[in-house]
Amino acid sequence: MQSLTTPLFLIFALAVIGYYLAKSRAMQVAGGDIRGLVSLPHQHALNTALATVVPPTAAVLLFALYGRFADTGPSWLFTLVIMGLGVTGFALSLIGIKTNSRARIFAERWILGLLIFASSIAVMTTIGIVFSMLFETFNFFGQYDWRDFFFSLTWSPNFRGNSDLGIIPLLWGTLYVSFIALVFAVPVGLFAAIYLSEYASPRMRSIAKPAIEVLAGIPTIVYGLFALITVGPLLRDYFAEPMGLGQSASSVMTAGLVMGIMLIPFVSSLSDDIINAVPQAMRDGSLGLGATPSETIRQVVIPAALPGIVGAILLAASRAIGETMIVVLGAGAAARLSLNPFEAMTTVTVKIVSQLTGDTDFASPETLVAFALGLTLFVITLGLNVFALYIVRKYREQYE
Amino acid sequence: MEDMIHMDRAMSTQQDIKISARNVQVYYGDTHAIKDVSVEIDDKTVTAFIGPSGCGKSTFLRCINRMNDTIDIARVTGDIRIDNEDIYDPKVDPVQLRAKVGMVFQKPNPFPKSIYDNVAYGPKIHGLARNKADLDEIVEKSLRKAALWNEAKDRLDAPGTGLSGGQQQRLCIARAIATAPEVLLMDEPCSALDPIATAQVEELIDELRQSFSVVIVTHSMQQAARVSQKTAFFHLGNLVEYDDTDKIFTNPQDPRTESYISGRIG
Repeated sequence: MQSLTTPLFLIFALAVIGYYLAKSRAMQVAGGDIRGLVSLPHQHALNTALATVVPPTAAVLLFALYGRFADTGPSWLFTLVIMGLGVTGFALSLIGIKTNSRARIFAERWILGLLIFASSIAVMTTIGIVFSMLFETFNFFGQYDWRDFFFSLTWSPNFRGNSDLGIIPLLWGTLYVSFIALVFAVPVGLFAAIYLSEYASPRMRSIAKPAIEVLAGIPTIVYGLFALITVGPLLRDYFAEPMGLGQSASSVMTAGLVMGIMLIPFVSSLSDDIINAVPQAMRDGSLGLGATPSETIRQVVIPAALPGIVGAILLAASRAIGETMIVVLGAGAAARLSLNPFEAMTTVTVKIVSQLTGDTDFASPETLVAFALGLTLFVITLGLNVFALYIVRKYREQYE
Repeated sequence: MEDMIHMDRAMSTQQDIKISARNVQVYYGDTHAIKDVSVEIDDKTVTAFIGPSGCGKSTFLRCINRMNDTIDIARVTGDIRIDNEDIYDPKVDPVQLRAKVGMVFQKPNPFPKSIYDNVAYGPKIHGLARNKADLDEIVEKSLRKAALWNEAKDRLDAPGTGLSGGQQQRLCIARAIATAPEVLLMDEPCSALDPIATAQVEELIDELRQSFSVVIVTHSMQQAARVSQKTAFFHLGNLVEYDDTDKIFTNPQDPRTESYISGRIG
């Protein structure tokens, strides 16, 4: 096993040396008068440093990506090659320093390359995630009929085989919990945003807005605890039992309400920014016609801000669908198809966790189903995001 | 003192006085923006407020429909009466007042709604139409008055924001007159428009004089001379001179007015 730490460290050191060497060499070539240079000394320096570092680093990343180091680590030859790349870049760019060399343009190209690399990481990761899920999902559907997965109404995994792995009860739980969360969070968040942006004094706003945003910083497991020990028993004792709707402290309602609280800052903070972006001229126009403040908000400000508000709501919906911890502690783990909001149910994410924890190998349909569930969830949230973009774009055209 | 003399002369003419302001002071925080302005504005007349930037003419205009109420730090004292009713009386609802005193702003600000809904906005809010046919009629009448009907009648459902700048401003004027105001305040309505659109709006202002008392703030002295019958010259928060437009432009009494209209200050 040969570590790459030392050669890479050496290359970085060489780059630093190259930076200062190039700078002084450029001054030397110019005879002390930088007006004689086409590119400035620091541009030569940047060019040399990047030419030294980037090719070897790129080579290492490329090889790592292809999994060449999996068993043996990098060979001596490979280490030599990357050292060679570094030294070549170093030497060539240093020798190339002349009064009329265009290091300015080369340095810009290196930087452009770095920026493209950074943005492609995000895209590549998404594609990577989709593919890793896709392969495991194919494995799963090799062992389990896809019709049973999508259309079966029962979820009862059994690790000795013969499981019923229907997604519908889980999807139902996910949508039901998210629906309750949004029904709670959207009006509250939106009204809070309207108060903050239209009515609150600057002082009030400077206190209330950060206070609401604190909610966004609470870890979801803490919300889960709140659901488990406070909201759940409260709902059971004051609503579910008196109305004869069940004795369970874990319920869709508990998880939905607590998740709604979690979503308030998402909705209110984004909507607040969007409402603030509506030009004052719109409000003046409406007030100048003798509309009251609330008429102005309802008929002019909100319609103008609508695309952004819809975007904020759909973002909150994506969060709700992907939420796990609150559901585990608030709604329980029983997969069930029911309309009663005071009954325990569970969601897709919770079942992904429970199918993958414990002593299992990734070969049985009981574990592989997690990937199919994950992919389904991914497709749903992706669809939501695309829909959000569509809505935003459609209305923006109209209001431009 | 000279102001008072001119005012007496204005009062002695036969026309009805629509708006009468006495000793109006406006403060923005610590800034004294309007200093003791008294003016009487006639009904069915176009009155122009001219003066250099920051002289307070827009601020004073916004006092007349209490739009300054929407600015937290603004404070207005003094006495402004419309039809002899004090509009700063605590019993007066600024919302009702603004229905009576319409306003057109410097930059066209159509709502993100259709042309029809832009014009119907005020009548709907104030319940001026009993049914759809009534509303249609108000919209058509207002658009006709604003000289926009021929261009807009086939696209009433199109967004108002899709019109050109001059059309947008005429839409805003149609929107303002749809609520049947008695006074129309215009805050530099042509400053964002090209000369052709400006000419259309000016022609419109002259026609509006038949039905309303129009007060227009303008940077352009030529515009004031073209459209108004009365002109008030503001300078550094003071009302320097107020008289018939002809008189202001041919024979100003105050040396500051003369300097301004001949281009030496401002």
